[in-house]
Amino acid sequence: MELLDIRNLSAGVEGRPILKNLSLSLNAGEVHAIMGPNGSGKSTLAGVLAGRTDYEVTGGSVLFQGADLLAMKPEDRARAGVFLAFQYPVEIPGVNSTYFLRAALNECRKARGESELAPIEFLKLVKQKSKILQLDPALLNRPVNEGFSGGEKKRNEIFQMAVLEPRLAILDETDSGLDIDALKAVAGGVNKLRRPDNAALVITHYQRLLNYIVPDFVHVLVDGQIVRSGGKELALTLEARGYDWLTEPAAAPAGAAS
Amino acid sequence: MTAAADSVASSLRIEAQPDAHQPPPSMSLAAVLAAFRDAAPDTAPAWLKSRRQAALSSAVELGFPTAKDEEWRFTPITPLLELPLHPARPPARRLTAGEIAPFTFGLEGCRLVFVDGWFCPELSLLPAPGGDLQAVSLRAALAGNAPELERHLARVAGGGALIFTDLNTAFFRDGALVCAAPGKVIAQPVLMLFIATAGEAGAAAHVRNLIVAGAGSEMKILETYVSLSGAPHVTNTVTELVLGAEARVDHCKIQEENHRAIHIAAVQARQERGSHWTSHSVSTGAQLARHQIQTVFDGENGFCLLNGLYLIGGGQLADYHTVVDHARPRCESHEYYHGILSGSARGVFNGKIFVRQDAQKTNAKQTNRNLLLSDDAVVDTKPQLEIFADDVKCTHGATVGQMDEEALFYLRSRGIGLEHARQIMIRAFAGDVVDRIPLEPVRAHLNIMLTERFKDSA
Repeated sequence: MELLDIRNLSAGVEGRPILKNLSLSLNAGEVHAIMGPNGSGKSTLAGVLAGRTDYEVTGGSVLFQGADLLAMKPEDRARAGVFLAFQYPVEIPGVNSTYFLRAALNECRKARGESELAPIEFLKLVKQKSKILQLDPALLNRPVNEGFSGGEKKRNEIFQMAVLEPRLAILDETDSGLDIDALKAVAGGVNKLRRPDNAALVITHYQRLLNYIVPDFVHVLVDGQIVRSGGKELALTLEARGYDWLTEPAAAPAGAAS
Repeated sequence: MTAAADSVASSLRIEAQPDAHQPPPSMSLAAVLAAFRDAAPDTAPAWLKSRRQAALSSAVELGFPTAKDEEWRFTPITPLLELPLHPARPPARRLTAGEIAPFTFGLEGCRLVFVDGWFCPELSLLPAPGGDLQAVSLRAALAGNAPELERHLARVAGGGALIFTDLNTAFFRDGALVCAAPGKVIAQPVLMLFIATAGEAGAAAHVRNLIVAGAGSEMKILETYVSLSGAPHVTNTVTELVLGAEARVDHCKIQEENHRAIHIAAVQARQERGSHWTSHSVSTGAQLARHQIQTVFDGENGFCLLNGLYLIGGGQLADYHTVVDHARPRCESHEYYHGILSGSARGVFNGKIFVRQDAQKTNAKQTNRNLLLSDDAVVDTKPQLEIFADDVKCTHGATVGQMDEEALFYLRSRGIGLEHARQIMIRAFAGDVVDRIPLEPVRAHLNIMLTERFKDSA
C-alpha cells in the first residue's frame, strides 16, 4: 500500500530554492534511506513533511495515505501518523515530559477514534516502551529534554515514536552525535517498531546507521534532487566513494536525476 | 487638617492652575489633597495625627511624579489624574456571603473583608480576642489604641520618597491589623479580601494594613484585590510587615481588579534577625498597577524571597519596583519576577539591591523574565545593584523574549494543537513562579487563569 507519495516537490527558504522537483514514494512496510552531502536538502525535506513553516513550498504535492499532507497543520500531520524525530530535539523548560507525552498521545488517540489513556495506563505504557529504548525512566520526570545528554535526547525521540506509534517515521540525522552504544540502542528501537503497516524515512549523512537499520531503498539527494536510487548496497558505495562522483556531470549516468 | 498644611495646599492650588488649552483636565495635587482632606472625621490619636501631618508635608514637597522622575519614567500617572478623584464612600448596600464566595479561595480560617476600603464585620471571620492570632480592622485597633500601631505604623513604610505612601498615611481610614503572638504558629492562612463595588469613576480607597509577626512566630497571609464594578476606581494600598527575630511570614498578594481600575500598592517589610519572609505578588488587573515591594534586613541571617507574576494584555501597564536593603551581614535574598504580556501591554521592572558596607556575606539574586506574546507589548526592565561590601555574592539577570517557536513546533509535531501548545508554553513560563506560592488554592486558581487568560492572544 502506498503510504507517502511525493511528486515534483519544490521548496525553499526566502526565495532560495532548496528542493527541486523531488519525487519519491514509500509503501507501508518499507524503510527508505535518504543520503546526501551537507546542504543537499535532506533536513528541508524532513521539515517540509512535518510542516515547518520556515519553508515555502513552491510546487508539487505530497499525499499521505491519500490525503493532501501539505494542506495540514503540523499537529494534524502528527495525528494522522507522521512523526519527525528531530535532528536537534528541543529543550522545553517547565514542561514535564510525562505530561507532554500523555497530552500528545491522547491527541493522536482521539484522532484515531480511540479513548484517552488514563494516567495509570499511560504510565504502564511508558514503562514498557522505555525498556525498548533502554531509556532511564527517571528522565521522564524532568522537563522535556532539559539537561538530557545528546544521546538521551535522541533516545527520547525514538521513545516518543514508540509511544505514539506513527505510520510514517522521519528520522532526521538521528545518528548525529551518537556514540556507538547509543547508536545501537536507537537503531534497535527503530527496528523493534518496524511493522508491515508502517514505514520509515531515515535521513542520514553517514552509512554507519544503515548497518543497524537496514533500508529497503537508498536514495541520494544532491542539490535538492534525488540523483540516484538503489538498494542497501548503494549506501556502501557511497561510504567508499563519497558523493563527488555523483555530482560530476561526466560520471553521472544519464537519467539518474529524477 | 492643620492650618499649615492648608496653606501649603492652597498655595499649590494657585501654582497649578489648569491650562484651558490642554485637555483632558488633570487633577492637581492640591485638588487631590482638598478632595480627601475632609473625607471622614479623623479620630486619630495624637501620634498618628503627627505622622499624618509629616506625610502630608512630604507629599506636598514631592509633588506628583512626572516622566522626568526616574522612578516613574515608564509609568505615566496621567490616567490616574484624569479621574475625578474622591474618597470611596461606604458601600450603599451589603454584599452577601454568596457574592464574596468566589474570592475566598475556599479558605476557612480568619478572614477580613473590606468593601470599597471599609471593613465589613458581617462578612468577616475574626479570631477570638486574646488568642495567638490577633486580627481586627485598623479602625477598631486605632480606637482601642493597640500598642503595635504606635510602634510600627508608618514606621516601616514612608519616608522613602513615595508620594502615594505619603498620601495613604495622610488619608487612610481603614485596613487590617494582623498579629501573631511570639512563638506561635498560625496554621490557617489569614485572608484579607478587598472588594471594590464603587460605580463612580475616581472613587479611591486608601487602604492601610499592618502585619506583625512576633519573634519565632509563623503565619501565612493572602491579600487579594478584586472589583465587582467595572468603573475606573482607585486603590492606593500600603501593607507594612514587621518580622520579629526568627519569625516566618508567607505573604501573597493577588491583584485582579477590573481593567479600568488604578491600583497603586506598597508592600514593605522590616526583618529582624533570622527572619524568613516570602512575598508573592500576582498582578493581572487594573489599567495601571504599580507595585512597590521592599524589605530591609534589620538583623543578621535574614532571608527573603520576592516572587512575582504579571499577566497583562490590552493597554494594561504593570510596574514592579522592588528594593532589597541588605543593611546587615549574612542575609540572603532571592527575587524572581516573570511577566507575560499580550496586546499593547507595558511592563516595567526595576529591582534595587543595596548591600551596605558592613553587610558582608550577603547573597542576593535577582531575575526578571518577560514573555511577549505580541509585537506591540513592551517591557522596560532595569536591575540596580549598589554594593558597598566586598565579600558578597550578587547576581542579576533580565530577559525579554517571544515565545520559542521551535518549542511550539516541537509540541505541535507531536499532535498537540496550536492553542494547547501555547497554553503549555505560557504555563511553563509562569510555572516556576506559580509553584513557589505556598498556598495550594492560589496555585490552582492561577493555573486555571493561565490557560483562560491568553486563549486568544495569538
